[in-house]
Amino acid sequence: MTPAEIRDEIIDILEDISPDEDLDGLDDQKPFRDQLELDSMDFLDIVMELRKRHRVQIPEEDYGNLASMHSTVTYLEPKMKDI
Amino acid sequence: MIAPNLASKLPDEQRIVITGIGLTAPNGNDWQSFRQALLEKRSGVQPYEIRYFGETLAGICDFDDKKYQSKKDIRRGTRAGSVGVYTANEAIAHSGLDWENVDKSRVGIYVGVTEHGNVETENEIFVIKGFDYDTSCWSHHHNPRTVANNPAGEIALNLGITGPHYTIGAACAAGNAGIIQGAQMLRLGECDVAIAGGTSESIHTFGIFASFNSQNALATHADPASASRPFDKKRNGIVVAEGGCLYTLERFSDAKARGAQIYGELVGYAMNTDATDFVLPNPERQAQCVQMALDKAGLEADQIDILSTHATGTMSGDSQECKALRSVFGESSNVRINNTKSYIGHAMGAAGALELAGNLAAFSDGVVHPTINVDELDPDCDLPGLVLNEPEERPRINYILNNSFGMLGINSVVIIGRI
Repeated sequence: MTPAEIRDEIIDILEDISPDEDLDGLDDQKPFRDQLELDSMDFLDIVMELRKRHRVQIPEEDYGNLASMHSTVTYLEPKMKDI
Repeated sequence: MIAPNLASKLPDEQRIVITGIGLTAPNGNDWQSFRQALLEKRSGVQPYEIRYFGETLAGICDFDDKKYQSKKDIRRGTRAGSVGVYTANEAIAHSGLDWENVDKSRVGIYVGVTEHGNVETENEIFVIKGFDYDTSCWSHHHNPRTVANNPAGEIALNLGITGPHYTIGAACAAGNAGIIQGAQMLRLGECDVAIAGGTSESIHTFGIFASFNSQNALATHADPASASRPFDKKRNGIVVAEGGCLYTLERFSDAKARGAQIYGELVGYAMNTDATDFVLPNPERQAQCVQMALDKAGLEADQIDILSTHATGTMSGDSQECKALRSVFGESSNVRINNTKSYIGHAMGAAGALELAGNLAAFSDGVVHPTINVDELDPDCDLPGLVLNEPEERPRINYILNNSFGMLGINSVVIIGRI
């Protein structure tokens, strides 16, 4: 997957997790939590969806990399480049 | 003049009244439309299909779940939670309480449930089956969804209620049990407002259909609206339904002080246990439960105007309940007997609360809605006072007795009086 495809996939997951939110204006550099109503259970949903959809495993110590769209895509790029 | 009952002699602080009704039934999403459906003999039973089990029939609700919840809250929670949130909000709105200024720490939530957690567990097993049963794909939402207090807890979260909240697991006696628990907590001074009754999400678990089917107790019929037929000779089982009915309960003193509309008073109640069988009812214990409720209310059987039966449409259950009623009511000329499951099926934990709500409007409209689908009355169920297939007007209705019984031999009865 390219970084753009990974971004699309994260948007797709966020649409499931936060169906009431408008994701069109999401700023990739800003933390998700500053823009969306996400709590720890929602971040676990992101981890779970990546595991289910792509068998990508994200260890707990790496959860901090999921803070913003930019950091998430950067973190996932090496893990998902061959998908 | 209403015939006196023992509750009316209690101090107003110990008298418990209904000031709000919120419900969703397979044939109505508020008290008025539900009542209208019963008077028009409209069934809410439809064809239904569920994974593994396949095609069957069910009572399905179509309330607007987004009226009081965000899509995210619906996704995160359970169907029982959504039923609870909808009916609790409706019950509060119907009560006319100045909700913004109600002390939320003095509100209690008491929700009767037949079962909880089966739906969510089946869903997760279905999901991990797709991952060769890899449990790392089991949702972190499973535990908050399946804890037994979930249907009550989601109401607390939605409405910011910080008083006690819990469910009352009481099989199909749970709707009445929720009301009784709410009344007891008001009398103890543990809360000032009780949101009490029952909910059910049971049509979303294939297990309940499969289990009733294995027990030869699941209704089948070519016409879905005719499938739930308590007291009929050709009844062949239960139609499973979802639904919910929660009441706003208050002490009479508080309701009077705020000039609330009062829909009835809990004048008597009782719960007891058969202690004889996992599934088969015990008419002797059921009769005892009804008599205990009458005694608590200080009423004679013949003072009951409407008797709302529990009968679910099984051969044994209906005739056993009728046996119990025959022993208590004998040849009472006053009582009129009906059954609401004939319209909506068996709403499990919500059944008792919903069936009571279906009858409560009779205090004002003076009509007893009938048991429908009785083409040929089973002689075993031939009780004096049965209202069959057509509504019956009565000069004045003062007392409604509501039966609700469940597996493991749990029995509950409430008596509501006009006030």
